[in-house]
Amino acid sequence: MDPCVRGACEAMSSDRDADRFRTLGRRTAMLGGLQLGMLGVLGARMYWLQVLESERYQMLADDNRINLRLLAPSRGTVLDRHGTPLALNERNYRALIVSEQTPSVERTLSVLSGILPLGDQEKQRIIKEVAKKRAFMPVLLRENLTWEQVAAVEVNAPDLPGVSIDVGEVRSYPLGDTMSHVIGYVSAVNEAELKDEREPVLSLPGFKIGKSGIEKHHELNLRGQAGTTQVEVNAYGRTIRELARDDAKAGHRLTLTIDAELQKAAYDRLRQEESGAAVIMDAHTGAVYVLASFPGFDPNVFSRGIPLDLWEELQSSPTLPLNNKASGGVYPPGSTFKMTTALAGLDSGAIDLNHTVHCNGQYPFGDHVFHCWKKGGHGSVNLTYAFAQSCDCFFYDVGRRAGIDAIWATATKLGFGGKTGLDLPYERPGLIPSQAWKKKATGDIWHPGETLSVAIGQGAVVVTPLQLAVMTARIASGFAVEPHLAKEIQDVARERTDWPRLAFKQQHLDAIRLGMTAVTQYGTAARSQIKEPGMQMAGKTGSAQVRRITAAERERGVKSEQLPWKDRDHGLFVSYAPIDNPRYVCAVVCEHGNHGATAALVAHDLMLEAQKRDPGAIA
Amino acid sequence: MSWISASSRTSHAFGTPELSLSAKVWQISRLFVMLVVALGAVGVLGQYSAANGHMEPWASRHALRFGICFVAMIGIALIDVRFLARMAYPVYFANLLLLAGVEAYGKIGGLGAQRWINLGFVQLQPSELMKIALVLGLARWFHDATLEDVRRPTYLLAPLAMILLPVGLVLAQPNLGTGLMLLMVGGAIFFLVGVRLWKFATLILLGVGAVPLVWRFMKDYQKRRVTTFLDPSTDPLGAGYHITQSKIALGSGGLWGKGYLLGSQSHLNFLPEKQTDFIFTLLCEEWGFWGGTALLTLFAMVVAYGIFVGLRSRNQFGRILALGLSVNLFLYVFINTAMVMGLIPVVGVPLPLISFGGTSMMAVMMGFGLILSVLVHRDSRMRNGEI
Repeated sequence: MDPCVRGACEAMSSDRDADRFRTLGRRTAMLGGLQLGMLGVLGARMYWLQVLESERYQMLADDNRINLRLLAPSRGTVLDRHGTPLALNERNYRALIVSEQTPSVERTLSVLSGILPLGDQEKQRIIKEVAKKRAFMPVLLRENLTWEQVAAVEVNAPDLPGVSIDVGEVRSYPLGDTMSHVIGYVSAVNEAELKDEREPVLSLPGFKIGKSGIEKHHELNLRGQAGTTQVEVNAYGRTIRELARDDAKAGHRLTLTIDAELQKAAYDRLRQEESGAAVIMDAHTGAVYVLASFPGFDPNVFSRGIPLDLWEELQSSPTLPLNNKASGGVYPPGSTFKMTTALAGLDSGAIDLNHTVHCNGQYPFGDHVFHCWKKGGHGSVNLTYAFAQSCDCFFYDVGRRAGIDAIWATATKLGFGGKTGLDLPYERPGLIPSQAWKKKATGDIWHPGETLSVAIGQGAVVVTPLQLAVMTARIASGFAVEPHLAKEIQDVARERTDWPRLAFKQQHLDAIRLGMTAVTQYGTAARSQIKEPGMQMAGKTGSAQVRRITAAERERGVKSEQLPWKDRDHGLFVSYAPIDNPRYVCAVVCEHGNHGATAALVAHDLMLEAQKRDPGAIA
Repeated sequence: MSWISASSRTSHAFGTPELSLSAKVWQISRLFVMLVVALGAVGVLGQYSAANGHMEPWASRHALRFGICFVAMIGIALIDVRFLARMAYPVYFANLLLLAGVEAYGKIGGLGAQRWINLGFVQLQPSELMKIALVLGLARWFHDATLEDVRRPTYLLAPLAMILLPVGLVLAQPNLGTGLMLLMVGGAIFFLVGVRLWKFATLILLGVGAVPLVWRFMKDYQKRRVTTFLDPSTDPLGAGYHITQSKIALGSGGLWGKGYLLGSQSHLNFLPEKQTDFIFTLLCEEWGFWGGTALLTLFAMVVAYGIFVGLRSRNQFGRILALGLSVNLFLYVFINTAMVMGLIPVVGVPLPLISFGGTSMMAVMMGFGLILSVLVHRDSRMRNGEI
C-alpha cells in the first residue's frame, strides 16, 4: 500500500516533521505568552479586589452580615400619690409558630384549636402569614393568653411542634374607666406619628405610644430608650449570633398627684348623674387630687386593640365618653362666674364693699330688660346676700359699673380664658370676651348690654371645670396656683408649690369668701352644707343655659326639668373647704343637671370624703 | 497487553524503545503527580470549608472521586500513545453520538437540562467528556498534516466540522460555557498547528458579524447574563447578586484572608454555589490574595508542565494532545476565576479538581492521564498516515 520505501519515507517525514515542529514551537511560545498575559490580568484583578479595594469590600461584607436590631424599652409605670399603680406593664403571653419546626402547619393548628379556640378566619390569616414569612420567622398565633391557656399549650407541647410561648408586655390599667381620662391609653403608632417623630423605635412591630391623657403628655418620660443588639445574620436573614448588645432603658416611673381612692369615689358619685365632671385640687399647691369625667371608657380595651363596633359606639354616644370633660369640656359658668364679676368690681373700684342694689326682679338696660332668676326680686341686696341668693340684678349692676375689660382682666388673673397648663393633652382654653376680642372676632364694637350677660356667666364666656377649680383655689388661697398632675418623675419631685401672691386686696378676697360661705350657710346650697366641725364648705352654685329660654317660655314659667335632657341647663358648683383655712377646692359640673344645687350635692359628698382622706396631709 | 504496548511489529521496525510496565511507571513524572495531588487536596479542604467544617456532604465524596480518578489517571498514563491515536476517532465519534443521543433523549424524555448518564459515583455529562475527545480527535487529524496540508483551506474543513458539530450540540443544550470552551480549545489547536492568522481573523470577523444573529437565538436567561455582566447593578438581587456577592467575599478577604473556615460571607451563605462554581471565591476569602495567587500558580505549573510534555514528545499526535489538553486546563481555570472576579459573564465552568462535581473531575483527570501518557511515550515515533 505504501508507495515509498520505508527508509526514504521516514527521512522525508522527518524533514517535514522538523518544519511543523518549528511552527508548533513558535506558536506554543505565542500561546504561552498569551496565557501568561491572561494570568497577569487575573492576578491584577485579584490585587485590585483584595488589596486596593479590600477595605470597601470588607465594609460591604459587614453590611451584609451585621444587622442592627432595636430592643423595645419597658414603659414606665404610673402611680397615684400613695403608690397605687394606675398604669403598668403586664406580661402578655403570646403563642407563636415557627413553620420550619413543624411537619405540617395545618395539622398543628388543628391540634391547637382544641386548646385555643381558633376561628377559620384566624387560621387563614396564620396560614397566609406563614406562607409570606421565611420558614424560621415566628408567626403570631394568639396574643393575651390566660395563664390556663399557657399551661395547656405547654403541657401539650409534644403534640404541637413549632408552637412556642413568648412573653411580651401589654399596658394594663387596673382602675379601668375610673382613670380613663387622666391616664389615657396607649395604642399602635400610626403613619402620621411615625413621620412626625423620626424615632426608629416607633417602627418596631407592636410598639405602642400614648394617645391621650398622661400616657400622651408624658410620652417621652414614660417611653424610655430603645436598646440595640448587633446580630450576625446569614443571607436568608436568620440570626446566627449576637455580636454586641446595648440594653434598653426602661421609661421613668411617674407618680401623680391623683388620689386613686378619691378619684374612684368621685367617679362613682358622678355615675349617679348622667354625665359630668369633678375636679378636686389643693387650694395652695395646685395638686390635682381628682380629675373625673363621667362616663369614661376602659383603656385596657384600647391598649389591647379596640374592636371597631365598640369604637363607633364610644364615638357616637351623646355623653361623649372619650372626652375629658374636666379639662376639655367648656361650659358657660353661669353664676359660678359671679365671684369674678364681684372681684372685678371691687378691684377696679367700681363698687365698694358696702355696695347695695335694689332688686325687683328686673334690670332695665338701654332698650332691653334683664331678668333676675327670681321673679319679683330679692329686695335690697348687698354683696354677701347677693352671693347667698345668687341675685342676678346685683351682678348686672356690678358688671355694668366695672365694664367688660375690668371683668376680662380679673377673669384672666383668676385663670380663665387660657389653658391652665395642666399636664394633659386636649385641654381647652375657654373664652373670656373683651372689647378687643369682639372687635377682632366679629369686627363689631362691644355693646354694654353684653357686659350684663357676661356678669352672670352667660353670653360668650365659656370655661372648663378645671378652670373653675383654679379660680376657686386662687380666691381661696390668694395665690396664683396652677394645676398639675405630675408629682414625681423617677422619684424626683416635680411639683411647684411657691406660687406668687395675686394682686388682689385681702379684704376684697375676704368679702368674696364671706359671700361663698353664705351660699352654703343659708343660701342656694344650704342643703349641701357640711356639718362636720372643721370641714365646712363654702361655695357657689351656677346653672348654665344650654338653650336660650324664650320670652314665651319665661311667661309660661317653663322649668328646666320639663325640657328634653339635652336642652336642660347644666348644673355647676364650685367650693372650697374648710371655710376658715381653705385647703381643698372642688368644681363639679353636672351636664343637664338643671340646677347648681344638684352639683352642690355632689360637691358635698366629695369634699367630705376629700377632707376625711386628707390626701394633702401626706404631701 | 496489546493496548499497552501497541503493535510490537511497527515499533520494532522504527527502533522505538519498547518500555516495560515498571519502566513506564518509573517514567511518570513525580512532580506532575505531586502538583495534581496538591490540587486535589486543596479541593478537599475547600469542600470541607464549604460545608462549614464538615466532611459531609461534599468533602468525603470529593476525596473518594479524586482517589478513583487518580487511579484512572495512572492507568491512562500507561496506555501506549499509539493505541490512543488509533482510538482517537472512535472515541471522538462515540462521544459525539453520546452527546447527540442525550440531547435527543433529553428532548424526547422531557428531562429538560438533565443530560447526563449515571455511572454510580458520578453522573457523566458527555459535554464535559467532549472537551477531551475533541482534543483527541483533532490531535489525530493533524498528526498526519504537513504544514502544506494545514495551509490548504479545504484540508481544514473536516477538523472545523469536528469542532462545530459538538459545539452546536452543546450550545443547543443550552450550555454556553462548555460550548465556548470547545470552540476555544479547537481554535487553539488550529493556531498551534500553524493555521494562518488571517484565517482566524476572517473567522472572527464572521463570528462578530453573526453576533446579532446569535443574540436573536439566545435564551432570555443567557441574554440577561450578558446584560447583567455589563452592568451588575441593574439586578443586585437577581443574576447580578452572584457577581456582587462574589466580589464582596473575595475583596473582603484582603491580603492574608480571614483564615481557614472563617470566611463569613461564604459561611453565612451570601456566596452562592460556593461548593461548585464559586469555590475559588471561598478559598480567596479565607486565604486572601496570597492564597489565591498560590492556587493560581499551582494551576499555572500544571499548565506549563503540559506544554513542556507537548514539546518533549517526538510524535505530532502526542504534542498536539498534550498542548491541547494544557490549553483546555488553562481555559477551565481562566474562565472560572475570571467569572468569579467579575471579569467575564457568569458561565457555568467549574474550577478543575476544586469545584464539587464528578464529571469535570473525571474529564480533567483523564486529560492529565493522557498528558502523562504522552510523557511516558514521548519517544514513540509514529509515521504519518500509519499508526
